[in-house]
Amino acid sequence: MSFFNQVFKGPQLAYYFKKISIAVFIFIVIVAGYFFSQLFFDLSKFSQFIFDFVLQRSNYNFAYFTSSIIGALGIISFVGLVLLVGSWVERRVIAKFQIRVGPNRVGPFGLLQPIADAIKLMQKEVLVPAIADKTLFLIPPVAIFLPAILAWGPIPWAPNMSYLNINVGILYVFAVSSLTVPIIFFAGWSSMNHYALLGSMRTVAMMVSYEIPISLSLLSVAIITGTLNFSEIVLWQSTNSIWLGLFMPFSLFTFFFASTAEINRTPNDIAEAESEIVAGYHIEYSGMKAGLFMAVELGNAVLLGALVTSLFLNGWFLFGIEKFVPPYIIFIGKTVAIYLLLIWLRATFPRFRLDQLMNFAWKTLIPVSIINFFVIAIEVTILNQFQSTGILIYIFALFNIFLFLGLIVVWSKIFSVDKFQPEKIQPKFAGEIGGLEAMKGVKSVD
Amino acid sequence: MTVEEQYELNIGPQHPSTHGVFRIKVAMNGETIEDLDMIVGYLHRSMEKLSEERTFTQNIPFTDRADYLAAMSNNLGYCLAIEKLANVIPPQRATVLRVIFAELQRIASHAMANGTLVSDAGAWQTPLLYMFREREKILDLFEMTCGARLTTNYMRIGGVAFEPPDEFYPLLNELLGELPDKVDEYMDLLSTNEIFIARTKEVGIISPEDAINASLSGPALRGSGVPWDLRKAEPYCDYENYSFDVPVGNTGDSYDRFMVRMFEVKESIKIIKQALNELPSGMHKTQIPLALRPEPGQVYYRTEGPRGELGYFVISDGGPAPYRMHIRAPSLINLSLLKQLAVGSSLPDAVVTLGSIDIVVGEIDR
Repeated sequence: MSFFNQVFKGPQLAYYFKKISIAVFIFIVIVAGYFFSQLFFDLSKFSQFIFDFVLQRSNYNFAYFTSSIIGALGIISFVGLVLLVGSWVERRVIAKFQIRVGPNRVGPFGLLQPIADAIKLMQKEVLVPAIADKTLFLIPPVAIFLPAILAWGPIPWAPNMSYLNINVGILYVFAVSSLTVPIIFFAGWSSMNHYALLGSMRTVAMMVSYEIPISLSLLSVAIITGTLNFSEIVLWQSTNSIWLGLFMPFSLFTFFFASTAEINRTPNDIAEAESEIVAGYHIEYSGMKAGLFMAVELGNAVLLGALVTSLFLNGWFLFGIEKFVPPYIIFIGKTVAIYLLLIWLRATFPRFRLDQLMNFAWKTLIPVSIINFFVIAIEVTILNQFQSTGILIYIFALFNIFLFLGLIVVWSKIFSVDKFQPEKIQPKFAGEIGGLEAMKGVKSVD
Repeated sequence: MTVEEQYELNIGPQHPSTHGVFRIKVAMNGETIEDLDMIVGYLHRSMEKLSEERTFTQNIPFTDRADYLAAMSNNLGYCLAIEKLANVIPPQRATVLRVIFAELQRIASHAMANGTLVSDAGAWQTPLLYMFREREKILDLFEMTCGARLTTNYMRIGGVAFEPPDEFYPLLNELLGELPDKVDEYMDLLSTNEIFIARTKEVGIISPEDAINASLSGPALRGSGVPWDLRKAEPYCDYENYSFDVPVGNTGDSYDRFMVRMFEVKESIKIIKQALNELPSGMHKTQIPLALRPEPGQVYYRTEGPRGELGYFVISDGGPAPYRMHIRAPSLINLSLLKQLAVGSSLPDAVVTLGSIDIVVGEIDR
């Protein structure tokens, strides 16, 4: 062994062996992934197969029912997988931001940590406060799952892969996600805890305010594409070869920022601000009930990624790569990118105050959204005069980007942030201001 | 129709942003604080009474546990007080070593204070952990010198307990080399962050008059623009020989207190560099009797701790133990303005104000 070590310089050999094995592993994953992806390129074939299989043996209604149940199970199991993997990803990535290691004990790279967490949470006793409204207290943790799963329905994963391919997709998601408000309010109200009450009141106030900019930004998406169907919005972006996020950056920003307020993510997580109201509306929940709230929050963050992807980032298209990689993989990749952006925000930013958020919504987001909406409406009218949008749409996109930057500058001038110029608020030194002699003018007042 | 009604909210004793077991009873109307009652004593360990039963040297570990984030500074204040009482003169090397360790402790304590302040403003612990990175290195230096990281028990009456080991100095020099860059990095990340400025600027403004009237000290006083630093005003440990400046804030808000701490870290680095350059050789402590019996008399000795004026009032009746010992804890006195600052503001502002004042409950309750 010592000879072996001398010739190959043991530690270095182990080092290269590790590198080479990782490279081989990645190569195998790519090759296997390619064959696998060719096999499962279009998952709609499978649902079609099941539908036909059942149809041959029974009537149409039963076949429709069976295939829709299987589709729903697919969505639910995907959401469940997202919750498990997402909590691991979030903890590991935030740990990287915070120069920590993160969970790495349970299973390889700590991958089984979410399962261990879930088992631990399930073992814990669910305490119900003595003075709480018991019925109302126990409903919200379960009920809050409804909008979180229902909203996944119309998400277009790939061509022909949309569970609810309805022509009012945006309206549906918007309506379903509004269900969260009363549920969170019930949770906070029934807990009989002032922290919980503060948290739920903040949530309601914030959601009511931020649904207006969200609807304005979605409205601009609707008028330019002329549809509320998610798949058709994605296809519109591909036929006009422009991402809506590039065409109207302000709508993207509004939707993204306002949605972080809706789903309680930093910098807008005031509904459960840890340093102020401890956990907000779910402070009294323990065990798996608290776990369900946290899981839904995580699921909503991924859902936001999926919505942004399909509305603004051209869905399953990615510069022709969708011909080689299954489109739903591209879709999930973009979703994960947005989710990582949310994690980045969470690991980086301090939190706004409630009044600052409200000011931002009513004094900045809503007026600028209205301006943005009018500009886009005018552009749509002009674009509709021509057969094909052609080069004009790129000119408009460029115009919109500059308008976006200009509006930011104008608004920051109006609501002046001049007093926050960093060079004006730096501390002075006692030597510069004349030491304690300079303070003799300060009179003690009683 | 709306009904306005006050309700009561208990912030603490267990709450993420009270920095220990400190309780604030708040009467709120909506999000506005209308009345506030501070309740201390959950961490009372009767240090001052216990110290009457122990010898002067045996009391040093108590001072570690008073302000557990600045054990070195507390040790130093106590030892200086007893040295004055008993006319013990520490050797020159011990004095310089004391300066080095007290300033390292100041950096560690300010890192903790500013990290928790940004955490209170809602940055999900990332700044806290970044600042812990530097604090860890300082605590490592403490550990290799005296074996403890938090409750160091390093200073002795008449010197310091141990000579730092040989590997201490290269590591300290390395740390001093990289610290200014790290401080600049934090300034880049935080002091110009729009959200952080929006949360701390013009929040919890203390006017210079109020600060002097309430007898504030430390960064809470200097943030209001009063250049009062005991290291300059009443130099101890030969601080008059070091060249450093005292940063003072402009408006006295939470942001100024944050920035004053950041600038003080830079000044502390300067002091440590100068102290290392002129570290004399010789003994690190003088021999004193095991049971020191100072002449009957009393002493009040004040030093500039990381949180402000840290005073030790000790009466000796000629016995081996102090007849009475009292600690003037800067946290307790700085805290006295919280009610005035928080009433009328909102809960998040009160939390940020409390974080910027930087209390340590061990010191308040003693």
